[in-house]
Amino acid sequence: MTTNNLTIYDPAMCCSTGVCGPDVDSKLVRFSSDLDWIAKQGVDVRRFNLAQEPGAFAEDVSVKAVLESQGDAGLPLIKLGDAVVSIGTYPSRDDLARWVGLAAKPEPAATSSGCCGPAKSQAGKDDSSCC
Amino acid sequence: MMNCLTHPTPFLFFTGKGGVGKTSSACATALQLARDGKRVLIVSTDPASNLDTVLGTDLLGTPTAIAGAPNLFGLNIDPEEAAQAYRERVIGPYRGVLPDSSIASIEEQLSGACTVEVAAFDEFTGLMSDPATVAGFDHIIFDTAPTGHTLRLLQLPAAWTSFIETNERGASCLGPLSGLKNQQERYAEALAALSDAERTTLVLVSRPERSALNEAERTRVELEKQGVTNQFLLVNGVFRATDRDDALAVHLEEGGQAALAAMPPGLRALRSFEVPLKPFNLVGLDALASFFSPVAKDFAASTAGHRGPIADFPSLSTLADEVAEVGHGLVMFMGKGGVGKTTMAAAFAVELASRGLPVHLTTTDPAAHLEGTLAREVDNLRVSRIDPAAETESYQQKIIERSRDELDADAMALLEEDLRSPCTEEVAVFHAFSRIVFSAKREIVVMDTAPTGHTLLLLDTAGSYHREMTRQAGSGGVKVGTPLMRLRDPEHTRVVVVTLAETTPVEEAAHLQQDLRRAEIEPYAWVINRSLAATEVTDPLLRARAEEEKAQIATVSSKHAHRVYLVPWAAEEPTGEEELRRLARGADDTETAALGEAS
Repeated sequence: MTTNNLTIYDPAMCCSTGVCGPDVDSKLVRFSSDLDWIAKQGVDVRRFNLAQEPGAFAEDVSVKAVLESQGDAGLPLIKLGDAVVSIGTYPSRDDLARWVGLAAKPEPAATSSGCCGPAKSQAGKDDSSCC
Repeated sequence: MMNCLTHPTPFLFFTGKGGVGKTSSACATALQLARDGKRVLIVSTDPASNLDTVLGTDLLGTPTAIAGAPNLFGLNIDPEEAAQAYRERVIGPYRGVLPDSSIASIEEQLSGACTVEVAAFDEFTGLMSDPATVAGFDHIIFDTAPTGHTLRLLQLPAAWTSFIETNERGASCLGPLSGLKNQQERYAEALAALSDAERTTLVLVSRPERSALNEAERTRVELEKQGVTNQFLLVNGVFRATDRDDALAVHLEEGGQAALAAMPPGLRALRSFEVPLKPFNLVGLDALASFFSPVAKDFAASTAGHRGPIADFPSLSTLADEVAEVGHGLVMFMGKGGVGKTTMAAAFAVELASRGLPVHLTTTDPAAHLEGTLAREVDNLRVSRIDPAAETESYQQKIIERSRDELDADAMALLEEDLRSPCTEEVAVFHAFSRIVFSAKREIVVMDTAPTGHTLLLLDTAGSYHREMTRQAGSGGVKVGTPLMRLRDPEHTRVVVVTLAETTPVEEAAHLQQDLRRAEIEPYAWVINRSLAATEVTDPLLRARAEEEKAQIATVSSKHAHRVYLVPWAAEEPTGEEELRRLARGADDTETAALGEAS
């Protein structure tokens, strides 16, 4: 069954890929990209940055409880529907896919014969039907 | 009489190399218009604004009536305060709601350089596009920050508008002020006003000096490219010697005339106006009201007590002795634009190199022309430059190369998009700056820093980086040295504050020193550059100025500086190894002193 509602509560950071910070963390870039893919599969993905939208953290009882008990070590926190599924770490694309009930996103190497290869450079438009 | 006053547009921007008299020109224009019965608002966007002092009224972030000048209002946009106000809007409602550790991490995230830059930008476009402000005044006059910063500020609307337009994913990285993406209309309005000749005049302020005129020309070209075409040239401080026996005075007049004769053609084609050099500082409404008038002849009385040149202060070569003894370390020349940081840094580096020590001379000032100042290669001296555009590109390339193996095409596209963010330049420049700070562990590095506002932003970035690294080290137990730690270490870094012996530059340098002290950096010494009091001038106007200098020199040595070095006024801008070394040795070196020859 597909659960259609994934919410990410990020620690305070400049932007969701981290390019504005002291150094770029490729883990963050990859995670952002994975979320893009999940969203294109029709999953409702919402993402809140503590530095930009603290209200989202204050209003959610379970998020606020984690912050109070673990501090910022509890972030990033990920909720699937109303359930907290991950605390303090950025999950892999396989985990993300499994939680929402999708097959894992294919590795780039495995898609070279498919239609996604050349279309990648226009990513972000409406190639959701592609893979 | 004055072209930019005959048909003044609603918006007037004053720009130019630091020290040319932007604030005086802008305030004098504002005062003149107000006295003609217009409602005028004068705005400073300079982080180290001295509008308060010049106008004699304490200004706030909202229009404040200027005492003694009906119809005239002033306003300071302080980028730090704008950022602080923004932080409070974001954080305030959650104090006591979210845990303190979360509040602290939000504050830290919102204290970086791009928050400051963007918050100032937001205030600036807010004024230009707010119907109430625009309708409330006949004229809004911007006394802008030094040129490098001005260019960025004025280009920001273009940069942001195109950034927002081309970011397909809905601007995932708009930096800490993501809320701003809802303000596109405001940016478009500010941009339209800037490029509308009926609404905006750009007044390029210059001195009759080659470097200031060249800077004005660069600004003219840059801003014309941005669509700001209604431009006007104001040449401030034009000097005519009355004592033809005073060689320095005659040199000064001839140098000024030669610089004006050699003006770039593009600049010459502009409408222009000349303002004579005054025997006094342009502080207060009375002085400002005389700005556009000819010089009065009755100032000679003020020089009655003239007792000849000041000779109590050592030259820059004394500082070179101290640094040479250590053999390595960073010497940073800091100060407001236009006080001669580039020349001082070059003179100091040449003096050290002449003693056979390898020296690395480097600049973060985008407008600096070290190569021009040095004229040719000097033995033992290596010269480099932090070029923001080049640093940004190489930083983007480095990140992209490093990430290529780890990321798939989707993620790469996302990364490349985010790297186009306006924050990237600040980070890239900071990385280049840090490398140089560390390199001074092994060699002597002389740094000619960017104009003060920008420098402070750099240091603030160093501060955020410091906190970030310290926190990471705290959890991982790794020992790290940060650039800020190096800048604070008196064994590693000597900060030299450069100023002129005039009211406003001394005040600005004192502000800079306060800011440095807040960052726990203690300036090592002050250099008073281009001092007439250190020369033998006899021309009455120059003598009046030399006398005015003495009070400022006394203030610096008694109130502000641990050590003071005095550099005499040189008739022409010093270039080349010989002239620079002569400048560094100053009055100490009677054999080669330019002014010894001159008098």
